[in-house]
Amino acid sequence: MAAVRFTLNGKPQTVDAVPAMPLLWVLRDTLGMTGTKFGCGMSLCGACTVHIDGQPQRSCVTPISAVAGRRVTTIEGLSPDRSHPIQKAWIEEDVPQCGYCQSGQIMTAAALLSKTSNPTDADIDEAMRNNICRCGTYEDIRRAMHRAAELQRAGGAQ
Amino acid sequence: MSAFARALNVDRRSFLRTGATAIGGLLIGCYLPERRKLAADTAIAGNKLNAWVLVGNDDSVTLYIHKAEMGQGTVTSLSMLLAEELECDWSKIRTEFPGVDRAYGAFQGVVGSQSIRSSYISLRQAGASAREMLIAAAAQKWGVDRSACRAEKSTVVNTATNARLTYGSLAEAAARLPVPGNVALKDPAQFQIVGKSRKRLDTPGKVDGSITFGIDVRLPNMLYAVVERCPVFGGTVASFNDAKTKATPGVKSVVKISNGVAVIADSTWAAMEGRRKLVVQFDEGKVAAYSTPGITKSFADAVAQGAAPLRTVGDAAAALASASKKIEAVYQTPYLAHAPMEPLNCTAWVRPDGADVWASTQMQSSARQIAAQKSGLAPEKVQVHTEYMGGGFGRRGGVDYIGEAVEVAKSVDVPVKVTWSREDDMQHDTYRPASYCRFAGGVDAEGWPVAWTASIACPSFAGANTSTEGVRDMAYAVPNFSVDYHDVNPGVPVSYWRSVGYSQNCFFAESFLDEMAHTGGKDPVEVRRRFLGKNQRLLAALELAAEKAGWGPPLAAGHGRGVSVVNNIGSNTVQIAEVSVEKGKVKVHRVVCAVDCGAVVNPAGVAQQIASGIAFGLSALKGGVTIKNGRVEQGNFHQYDVVRMDEMPKVEVHIVPSQAAPGGIGEASTPGIAPAVCNAIFAATGKRIRQLPIRPEDLA
Repeated sequence: MAAVRFTLNGKPQTVDAVPAMPLLWVLRDTLGMTGTKFGCGMSLCGACTVHIDGQPQRSCVTPISAVAGRRVTTIEGLSPDRSHPIQKAWIEEDVPQCGYCQSGQIMTAAALLSKTSNPTDADIDEAMRNNICRCGTYEDIRRAMHRAAELQRAGGAQ
Repeated sequence: MSAFARALNVDRRSFLRTGATAIGGLLIGCYLPERRKLAADTAIAGNKLNAWVLVGNDDSVTLYIHKAEMGQGTVTSLSMLLAEELECDWSKIRTEFPGVDRAYGAFQGVVGSQSIRSSYISLRQAGASAREMLIAAAAQKWGVDRSACRAEKSTVVNTATNARLTYGSLAEAAARLPVPGNVALKDPAQFQIVGKSRKRLDTPGKVDGSITFGIDVRLPNMLYAVVERCPVFGGTVASFNDAKTKATPGVKSVVKISNGVAVIADSTWAAMEGRRKLVVQFDEGKVAAYSTPGITKSFADAVAQGAAPLRTVGDAAAALASASKKIEAVYQTPYLAHAPMEPLNCTAWVRPDGADVWASTQMQSSARQIAAQKSGLAPEKVQVHTEYMGGGFGRRGGVDYIGEAVEVAKSVDVPVKVTWSREDDMQHDTYRPASYCRFAGGVDAEGWPVAWTASIACPSFAGANTSTEGVRDMAYAVPNFSVDYHDVNPGVPVSYWRSVGYSQNCFFAESFLDEMAHTGGKDPVEVRRRFLGKNQRLLAALELAAEKAGWGPPLAAGHGRGVSVVNNIGSNTVQIAEVSVEKGKVKVHRVVCAVDCGAVVNPAGVAQQIASGIAFGLSALKGGVTIKNGRVEQGNFHQYDVVRMDEMPKVEVHIVPSQAAPGGIGEASTPGIAPAVCNAIFAATGKRIRQLPIRPEDLA
């Protein structure tokens, strides 16, 4: 066990954990933040996507030791009130079905939007093709991402 | 057992048994202190008017959704049925999943796309009955006749004075009134909510991570477990060495259960780490003798032997013998995993005098039954907490994972959450059966099909009719037809998979009908039109799809259109897919789907489910489960590929207006997409796909 200090959703966080324990399980089991989902454990499905220093990362294969000193943002920290343009657009377009993959979809989409303010369909395919949705919400996601870009340009950005 | 749990058990039972009971602050919020304060976790003080409706003192309305939500939109659509008659303010609705109770009928679960079909009348009655009690309470208060009052947006209006009383202020008095007998339901022409698109009630909690799925359940003092199961189906534990497992940080105990060895720890990760170090010897059993090539051969051998037909029309053998042109073809589909995004899991807490299970399940009634059986408790001592499902697709209609969690929980005196890894989920599924179908067909001198025989071999889990649905009961009035069936079961567990037998049999039948159309030189839509005869609903859907898709004029070289017609779960769907094939790669550009599912509750939900079913069916073109020595060869998404963002076609849904009894929708579009796409591939390339998943050599 070792103490790891990092920033979680804007606040300092310290956890005692086996260094190899993936961030996913620290979030879910140790800290009780269950918005980040377990899907595959092998960085194959994207359900566990969080931001580390602003970049989308797969928390299921990220050892907790690797986030020492870094900024981690989870779905719970994306906005305090579902006001991120991606969340607003997701609600407008009623994207989720079962919803299980959506935390990861949203975190991946938000990361794209933060660096590409007006993503093309090709940008969206490229960024999102490794986030699996078994309910088939892909076209709703695509529409919502274009809508989120509009909202962001109109001043909806944080 | 804690005071909280005791109180919860008592309160839950009593409030469901009595028609109307005052409840001051139900205990779920206290009971699950670690779960975030969701609206749905903190019941509102108020009055229950029947098993589905609680009116809060704060004018909120809590609707108890006795079904389960796996993405199909049931929480929203059932709320719409209740709210339509209840005349409540949609913005003040909250929903909860109640426990298992006879008040909700003999069976609680979501299977066979039945939720709307089985609730369309009963939930409107529940809403209307509660509304009448509120109106009666207002009439009493005002001292006027009931006919001088009407309900509107969570208030009762005195039509003479325009005075209003809110539902919240009336609920206590209403709850003391007798439950009315027959209450007239609205004429559908008067519907304000039903039939008009509504946004899903569960969306907000699904965009901020706050909705809890089964895997998110957290309880005081809970432990976490994983189970090492025999990789060969039906195998058993011979012996195991857990020395290194027990030395793993966080591991609390190791326990043998009926189907494997459970590792219990203080986190899921610790349990997984402990399991990695576990050494188990299994008796593999007889399924170890089976691999996919041998299984396929056993299907082919069975078909070659022939069998008495399940259904005949005319004399197919004679008609085939005298047909102008004859064709034969063999179609094959593999076992398929469900692969819901939320891997299987269940949290169980077994005490001497009661048990609780928290599960994302499609089968609450069966969940309680298996928990009772495995715990040795009476069913009424078991509380099932229905959690949101991260996908189900039929897999969560099984309760094996619930019984297993109860077994694990019996070994400890605290709640334990058993989580399946993706590999556990994929390699210990109950699969869509692999299937094999041999067709023969003949067309007459004019080119119209006159004879059609089908011989199907696959493992059965629900009888021959389920195994052959989609061929046996096809809507086409072909004059001479026969189908026979061979139940060949090597022991790989099989069960319901979204759209069940239709999922493979419609691929077979709709593809072969296309083959017959081309053999006779006929247009595939024209052949379908002719043989749908007097089936007006399918014909109308076919015409609508053909019109919207622009069927007829040819597409650019390398592009093609394909059509499929499906009648399942009480609904009718026609799909027309547009594809291109370039360098051996299939791209599905567009799918037009005309659907007649009878009276529609939520059109937006219908459109979502059509796209969803298409995505699910498209994945069957890409992935499959193969067996080697009794084991599943695929373990995760790199080996079992599914449809992704860049592969999802544009889906255009056209609903045929109808006031017929509602059909199902969750499984309506899954069967039709594979044949529509494969028929389009033929139109584009001349290559006929007769085996799924599509292999590169099929397009070469």
